[in-house]
Amino acid sequence: MCGIAGLIHRGKSSNVGSELQGMLQALKHRGEDSTGYALYGDTDGKNFIMRFKVGENVGEGSSSVMEDVSVYDERKKIVDQTLAEIGAKVIKEERTLPYSLRYELDYDVKDLLEFSQRIESIPGVEILSMGKSLEVIKDLGNAKMVCDRYSLDKIVGTHAIGHARMATESGVDIKSAHPFWGYPFSDVSVVHNGQLTNYWNNRRVLENKGMRFMSECDSELIAVYIAEKMRDGATLEEGMKASLTGLDGVFTYFVATKDSLGMAKDTMAAKPLVLYESDDLVAMGSEEIAIRSVLPQEIDTYDPFDGEVKVWQI
Amino acid sequence: MANLKTVSKKSKAQSMGMHTEVLTGRTQQKFFNPDEAENFYYFGTYDVDFNKRTDLDVKDMTAPEANKEIDNLMSQGYGTIVIKNPQGKHSLGVGILNKLNLIFEGSLGYFGMGSCDGPIVRINGRVGWSCAENLMAGKVVIEKNAGSCFGAAIRGGDLICKGSVGARTGIDMKGGTIIIGGDAGAFTGFMMQRGRIIILGDVGINLGDSMYDGTIFIGGEIGSYGSDAVDAELTSSDQDWLRRKLKVAEIGENFDVSKMKKIVAGKKLWNYDNLEPTEKKGAI
Repeated sequence: MCGIAGLIHRGKSSNVGSELQGMLQALKHRGEDSTGYALYGDTDGKNFIMRFKVGENVGEGSSSVMEDVSVYDERKKIVDQTLAEIGAKVIKEERTLPYSLRYELDYDVKDLLEFSQRIESIPGVEILSMGKSLEVIKDLGNAKMVCDRYSLDKIVGTHAIGHARMATESGVDIKSAHPFWGYPFSDVSVVHNGQLTNYWNNRRVLENKGMRFMSECDSELIAVYIAEKMRDGATLEEGMKASLTGLDGVFTYFVATKDSLGMAKDTMAAKPLVLYESDDLVAMGSEEIAIRSVLPQEIDTYDPFDGEVKVWQI
Repeated sequence: MANLKTVSKKSKAQSMGMHTEVLTGRTQQKFFNPDEAENFYYFGTYDVDFNKRTDLDVKDMTAPEANKEIDNLMSQGYGTIVIKNPQGKHSLGVGILNKLNLIFEGSLGYFGMGSCDGPIVRINGRVGWSCAENLMAGKVVIEKNAGSCFGAAIRGGDLICKGSVGARTGIDMKGGTIIIGGDAGAFTGFMMQRGRIIILGDVGINLGDSMYDGTIFIGGEIGSYGSDAVDAELTSSDQDWLRRKLKVAEIGENFDVSKMKKIVAGKKLWNYDNLEPTEKKGAI
């Protein structure tokens, strides 16, 4: 089933970590195999923030293979060496969990493709997000568990999207969890509710064009599809509109960039979405109760129609 | 359509989209009989007084707790209940088989007022997916917007949304009337079998797709027609009925119904009869 939620504050910052946790926790009945956050925090915009993993959560319910924790240290060591080789200086390093790390990097480059390829050529290493504002945090469990594990409730920013997952098309692991980073674009993330039926056809085409897939989760296709459109010069909105015909199946998805948040709904409107929109806040989710967790007062909401695409700026 | 003022009760019921057929000897299913309707009560329902009114704050209740309390209040004879702080909760007000005035001061989530037979409901807010699914009789009025699958599989009653609705409104409906003041999404009237849908605004793609029977009236633009949905002549009787229905519904009273489009089943895909699946199996 899965549930998605997102919000964007226009003209101000707020405690988006805590707000999104409330929204996703309200949707936990739609799936709690894994939960993911894409948070756009307030930063000085100078350094890149890289969230990456050197292994999987192999706890209860995980479909991942158990590994000795020592391999995480070895992979981290190789990541550090590679960063030094390509001239990325680690300003700040946080290791929240043995397999999950956050680096702030002083790295002056616009094209992240080569950078990402070098890092991800290290076996077992995956970049969860790369950007100057975006941080993707995803792990097994419901929204509160993930929020507590990574201390997300204090993160202040302008917008955020998130996902509560019931695993259907692929395994219960972090690599299949949403949000997906719009590799190799800085600060682009995607969450999706639905099923895509032309995943393999599209994947073959996109891989032939040099795009990369890290999982076999159909939802990753949306991030890659839009990233490829943007690589070819399309705007976010143009890429999203193209997806309405390029992607087959049922879907409602959100895409966020450094300064915008967008939603798209397939032409059959088979997946739910409730939307609240005001001058200073847009909040949306698979169910109204998600919005109610941040706006408990009586509000006007609506369902976007089939084939609708909307994009909001901060 | 016949003149509603002069026809017999049976014809009137049929023209309202209600079923009057009795399948004697072949099924235990009992269809609506207009002569007996006033005397029909479900087991376990209550004799309530509409003038006896109370408020119920469900802010800190789960949906089962709230529904149980509504039942408890009806058992005490309360005929008018005002629900405070529904806050988008799912499945509120389901399974009410009683005559009751029910007012929600706020919005409902999914499956609100599902499987009801008889209550008069006003929702001063929005509703989520599948509002009033399987409604048998009564009236449900939504003051704001509604989600998808609005009035799915209803068999009777009036379901009114003053705002806009999502996709698949009236999917699989078997009777009753759905009235929408605003726009409606894709697949409106998908596989509908009886009843009427009135949309004053625009509708999305695939209107009336694979509909078996029933009638859809559209005031605005149509995205596209679904399989086997065709235009039909809007008669003066249709217009009379539309005016009366919109007036009773307190919606679009001054709407020019003469310009509405009427859509019915082309019946080229029509391939069903009155037999239940088990009966069909026996016939084979």
